[in-house]
Amino acid sequence: MNLKEIASNVRVNIINQTADAQSGHPGGSLSGVEILTLLQFEVMNIPSYDDPDRDRFVLSKGHASPLLYGVLEQKGVLTKEDLKTFRKINTHLQGHPDMNKVTGVDMTAGSLGLGICAAVGMALAGKLDKKDYRVYSLLGDGEIQEGTVWEAFMSAAHYDLDNLCVIIDNNGLQIDGKVSDVMSPYPIKEKMEAFGFNAVEVDGHSFEELRAAFENAKNTKGRPTAIIAHTVKGKGVSFMENNASWHGSAPNEEQRIQAIKEIMEGSNE
Amino acid sequence: MSNMIATRESYGNALCELGKINDKIVVFDADLSGSTKTAVFKKAFPERHFNAGIAEMNMAGMAAGMAACGKIPFISTFAVFGTGRIYDAVRNAICYPKLNVKLAMTHAGLTVGEDGATHQMLEDVALMTALPNMTVIVPADDTEAKQVVYAAAEVDGPVYMRFGRGKTEVIFDENYKFEVGKANVLTEGSDIAIFACGIMVAKALKACEELKKEGINASVVNVATIKPLDEKTVIEVAGKCGCAVTCEEHSVYGGLYSVISQCLAGNKPVPVKAVAVNDTFGESGKPDELLEKYGLTVENIISKAKEAIAMK
Ligand SMILES: Cc1ncc(C[n+]2csc(CCOP(=O)(O)OP(=O)(O)O)c2C)c(N)n1
Ligand SMILES: [Mg+2]
Repeated sequence: MNLKEIASNVRVNIINQTADAQSGHPGGSLSGVEILTLLQFEVMNIPSYDDPDRDRFVLSKGHASPLLYGVLEQKGVLTKEDLKTFRKINTHLQGHPDMNKVTGVDMTAGSLGLGICAAVGMALAGKLDKKDYRVYSLLGDGEIQEGTVWEAFMSAAHYDLDNLCVIIDNNGLQIDGKVSDVMSPYPIKEKMEAFGFNAVEVDGHSFEELRAAFENAKNTKGRPTAIIAHTVKGKGVSFMENNASWHGSAPNEEQRIQAIKEIMEGSNE
Repeated sequence: MSNMIATRESYGNALCELGKINDKIVVFDADLSGSTKTAVFKKAFPERHFNAGIAEMNMAGMAAGMAACGKIPFISTFAVFGTGRIYDAVRNAICYPKLNVKLAMTHAGLTVGEDGATHQMLEDVALMTALPNMTVIVPADDTEAKQVVYAAAEVDGPVYMRFGRGKTEVIFDENYKFEVGKANVLTEGSDIAIFACGIMVAKALKACEELKKEGINASVVNVATIKPLDEKTVIEVAGKCGCAVTCEEHSVYGGLYSVISQCLAGNKPVPVKAVAVNDTFGESGKPDELLEKYGLTVENIISKAKEAIAMK
C-alpha cells in the first residue's frame, strides 16, 4: 500500500470513529492526516512501540485522537473493532489519548499547551541518556495561543534540542472561528525563528514537501526545528473543509456515507 | 416530561440580560464562546466581549486588570481550565487583591461525557473553596442558575459559579428565591438530612420520595452556596435528623461532603455519608452511563441514607 492509500484509510477511520461515537473532532483530525501518516510510516524509527530507543510522538492537540487511533489501526496496533469503541464507556480509546491505555500513545493529552512541554522533556531525557531517538510533536495553530507553548519553545532552543521537531498544523481555524480573528498568532515562522528554531513552511498535505522538511530537521544540528504546515481543516470532505463548525461535531449517517465516498474518490485521483 | 435546560444556557441568557441593565459588565472567553454560551452576550454587546483565544491564564489576568479599573468581568471557559489551568492567577491576581472577577465556568463534572477525564472537572469546588475571599456557588437548575448570575454581580469580590453541559431538570418554579449564603430546605423530615448541590438536587428529591415509601422521612436541603456555607441551616437540619448524606457531582475531597462534615464535626457531630466521586478520574462515556458507573444515582443516595441512619 502506498502512503496515499494509507492516508485515505486514515481519513475513513476518522469519519467512522466520530460517526460511530456521534462525538469527537473530525476537522482537526483530517488536517493532520498526511503529517502523521508520513511520520509513522516513513520518518519515525519505531522498531516497536515499547522500544525505549524508539522515536516519540506527542499529539499535543489531543482532541485529534481519531487521527492518532486511525493511524495506529493502519499500523496494526489497533483493530477496526477497537475503533468502534471510541469515546464509549469502558473503552481504551478515550476521547483524548491516554498513554496508559493505548500502545503507541506516548503522552496523555487533551488540555492544550501541555503536550509540547512533555515533548521537550522527552527530548531532554534523550540528550541526558545520550540516546539517538527523536521526538515529534503536533500542535494546533489555535493551541499555540497558550503561553506554555512558548515557554516550551524557549526551553527547546535553550537546551539546543536538535532531536525535537514540532509541527504546527496551520489550518487557520479554531473553535470560535479563524485564528487570525480570535487571537492572532501570526507571524508564526518569524516568531519561531526569534525563539531560536530552524523554521520551515510547507504544504501540509504534500508528502514530498513534508518529507523534505523532516529530512531538513534531521540534518539541522544545535537547534530544534519547527515545521509550519499549511493545511485545510476537514481536508478530503468537501462539506467539512475550511468550516469551523466541523471542529467538534460528528457526521450523521448520510454525511458519513457522503464523506467516505468523497475520500475514496479522492484517493483514486 | 418536565422541562430540561442546561445551566450553561441559563448562564448565557441571564448574562445577556444583565449586560442590558449594567454597563460595567464585560465578558471574557477562551475560544469556547459557543459552548459556554457567552456568545449570546457577544451578539448583543460585541464591544464588551473579549476572546482571549486559547490562553486562559491571560484571560484571568486581563480580567483582574479590568476589575481593578472598575469593570465587572465575567470570565468563562470549561471548569477544568477555568480553575485548574488558571489557579495561580485566581489566587494571586483575583482573590488575594479581592478583585471583582466572576468566574462562570461550564462543563463541570462527569456529565461532560465523551470528552473524558481530561475535561471532566471533579476538583474545582475544592480548589475554589480553599481560596480566601472566594464565594462558591453550584446552582441546581435553570431557575436557580439565572438568579445566581444576577446575585454574583451584586457580590463585592470574586465569585465562582459552576454550570453544567447537559440538560438538567427544572425543579424550581418562579417563586423560588436564591440568596447567596442561604441553603434552601426543600422537604421536611426528621430521619435523615440530605444535603445536595447541582444536578444531584433533583436526584436527592427523587430519593426522598422513594425513602418515604419505606417510611423514612428525609429533609432535602439544596446547598447551592458552598461558601460561605449556611452553617445555621446545616447544623439545624442535621441536628434534628441526627445523621446526614451529601450528594455532589464532584470528588469526595474538598467539595460539599468536606464542607458539611467540617461544619458538623465542629458544631454538631453526627454521622455523614457521601455520594460523590471516590478519588478517581472520570472517563469517556454518555453522561448517564457515567453517573451510574460512578455511583451518582438515586439508588446510591437511598443506600447511603440507610447506612447513615444505621449509624445513629
Ligand atoms: C487548555 C485548553 N483550553 C481549551 C480547550 C478546548 N479546546 C479543544 S480544541 C480547541 C481549539 C483548538 O484549535 P487548534 O489548536 O487550531 O486545533 P485544530 O484546528 O487543529 O483542531 C479548544 C479551544 C482545551 N482542550 N484545552
Ligand atoms: Mg487550527
